[in-house]
Amino acid sequence: MTARADLVSHRESMPESRRRSALRRKEAIVGYLFILPALIGLILFYVLPTLRAAQISMTSWNLMRPAKWVGFENYTKLWADGQFWDSMWITLLYVMYNIPVQTALGLLIAVLADRLAKSVTFRAVIIAPYLISNVVAGLVWLLMLDPLIGVTNSFLGLIGIGPQAFLSSPDQSLVSVAAISIWRHVGFTALLFYAGLQSIPRDLYEAARLDGASEFAMFRLITLPLLRPVLVFVLVTSVVGSFQIFDVIAVTTQGGPADSTRAVLWYIYENAFKFSRMGYASAMSMVLFVILILVTLLQMRLLRGDQSDLG
Amino acid sequence: MNRTILALLTGTVALPAAASAQDTIQYWMWDGQQAPVYQQCAAAFEAANPEIKIEITQNGWDQYWTALTTAMISGDAPDVFVNHVTRLPEMSANEVIVDLAPLIEEAGYDTSGYMPGLLDNWSRDGATYGLPKDWATVALGVDTEKLEAAGLSLADLADLNWNPEDGGTYQQTIAKLTVDASGKRGDEAGFDGSSVETFGLVLNPLSLGGETEWSYLAASTGWQFIAEPWATAYNFDDPRVAASLGWLRDLGRVHHFTPTVEQTGKLGAETLMFSDKGAMTIVGSWLIGLYSQSKPTVAYVPVPSGSEGRKSMFNGLADSIWSGSDAPEAAWKWVQFLGSDDCQSIVADAGVVFPAQADQVERSVAAYQARGIDVSAFTAVATPETTFPFPVTDYGNEIDAIISAALDRVMLGAGEPAEVLTEANEQVNSLF
Repeated sequence: MTARADLVSHRESMPESRRRSALRRKEAIVGYLFILPALIGLILFYVLPTLRAAQISMTSWNLMRPAKWVGFENYTKLWADGQFWDSMWITLLYVMYNIPVQTALGLLIAVLADRLAKSVTFRAVIIAPYLISNVVAGLVWLLMLDPLIGVTNSFLGLIGIGPQAFLSSPDQSLVSVAAISIWRHVGFTALLFYAGLQSIPRDLYEAARLDGASEFAMFRLITLPLLRPVLVFVLVTSVVGSFQIFDVIAVTTQGGPADSTRAVLWYIYENAFKFSRMGYASAMSMVLFVILILVTLLQMRLLRGDQSDLG
Repeated sequence: MNRTILALLTGTVALPAAASAQDTIQYWMWDGQQAPVYQQCAAAFEAANPEIKIEITQNGWDQYWTALTTAMISGDAPDVFVNHVTRLPEMSANEVIVDLAPLIEEAGYDTSGYMPGLLDNWSRDGATYGLPKDWATVALGVDTEKLEAAGLSLADLADLNWNPEDGGTYQQTIAKLTVDASGKRGDEAGFDGSSVETFGLVLNPLSLGGETEWSYLAASTGWQFIAEPWATAYNFDDPRVAASLGWLRDLGRVHHFTPTVEQTGKLGAETLMFSDKGAMTIVGSWLIGLYSQSKPTVAYVPVPSGSEGRKSMFNGLADSIWSGSDAPEAAWKWVQFLGSDDCQSIVADAGVVFPAQADQVERSVAAYQARGIDVSAFTAVATPETTFPFPVTDYGNEIDAIISAALDRVMLGAGEPAEVLTEANEQVNSLF
């Protein structure tokens, strides 16, 4: 027997599990190194401020005087604050206006782009609004939707529709804000769906077509189920995002008219920076945080977001 | 780059003189038009006080207060800043601004030259939280081109009257200046309110103070926001304010002589005037400069008089010293200089605002006159009899939120003014 054969037999005698765990540990270290920058950001900009907000929520603090410990007083006050629950209701309405339309429209655009238009220009145009900041989008739409001098009413006039108040009527303001938001986000949603569509094996469609399936049947039985992980991602992020609607409201309606767009984040902002009630605003933020976690868990559970139907 | 490092190592680069005895005073303001004027004041001050340097920072109104509060928490707020009465209750209660009364007494600073009432706006319980720097009233701004087209002249508008029942000659004038798509005027038969091209009067969305929107009307009936400064009860349940606001609502919703609140949008009266959608608006004197640049055809007549005469809100800004300033003496010196004739005359000559010192007002009127602007409509109402102050009380921001929403509801026609305002008033008064 040669020395070399000896070596081989020695290596083979090393327990399989030990070799594996060493490899895994090494991979884990590399893995952690990869997420380290994001982890630092998460801790610095999310975890620590959240903990600090939880601490502030237990105090009465007007920013100018030292904070005073009040325990759970802010939370009990919040429970009885009709305006807070009104603002939660407005937020929920906004989410219900926003999400179905944005998701359906995003999916439609993605499928059309995938099946029909392969052009890069088309995709660039679709994503363009997303490249504009919410504040700029809000300002541009504020001008275009102005009842008297806005261009939108001029166009509507051309096709025989009378002037609309849009952002300045309590009946239309929330829908208008939702529409601005959809306009800005639908391209990004479409892009995510489009990327998801690329990962669906093409032979599934070929096989289905051989079996005589219609375009709609293929969409329902192949595209939609296999797109589910992307759909879950889109829904979770966009639902959480739209619960946090703020910048468009801040630019266009400031919660008005007659409080019709006072969504929860605007109410939190008013309390924090207009009424100098930092403790109370933090308590509301914590409650919103918990609600969003519950909503997200519910969505993950209902949509089985961690599983794919592929394979 | 290497050369720089080498130079630094060998000490051949001239470093700024270390630790001079100079105090630097940070001064914040929000008005971009005024910043260059106060820069001139700063230059004059620095020439007289070489040991003090003034650094002026200008921040738009929207960011100004958030930035100021944040700076106060983090300990690097400006030593001196331009203050607004709406912020006075909070700032004085939290002792973030210095009480100037002892300093005024110690320095023997003469406050008798201020326009009457200005200093009082900044006082509470014997303390003084700011030295007045300017003042403002309102007047009726009229687009003279549209006035001529209606066959009227400024002289016809010099003595308008108003009452909440039929609106008096004020409403008649507004009607005459309103033109629909077919060229019919608001006082002519066949006027179509659904296709108005030019409104007789355009206004900003209503706010608590109502300075350029509604309070000049309500006050002309004898109504007051509060009985005295720092009161603990508001008077929004008074039938006179309900009647005044009811008139304003109907001017839009019934007569179509002014845009309804839905039509006004968020861009406000200035935009509507600039885009020829309005013939008249209420102009605050701080906007004279803006109008002279963007709509030079606008001229001014006094606001209409009601049963108690003409009334304008009288409001003024002041300079306050941050209690955390590390150079309070230099800051006080600068504040005194800002209120002195030396700086006030510079402000007067610039013709951007009316200076707080009464004897400088003529000078600023002349400065406006030299630019072809007659501002007598603003100065004529600047008397104690024809003005009323901004309601300064505790909970100003909460009250603003409650009343603004109630005013929205009134103007939207969602509920009778008397009911909506009485309910809001109860909400407001329960804060105290």
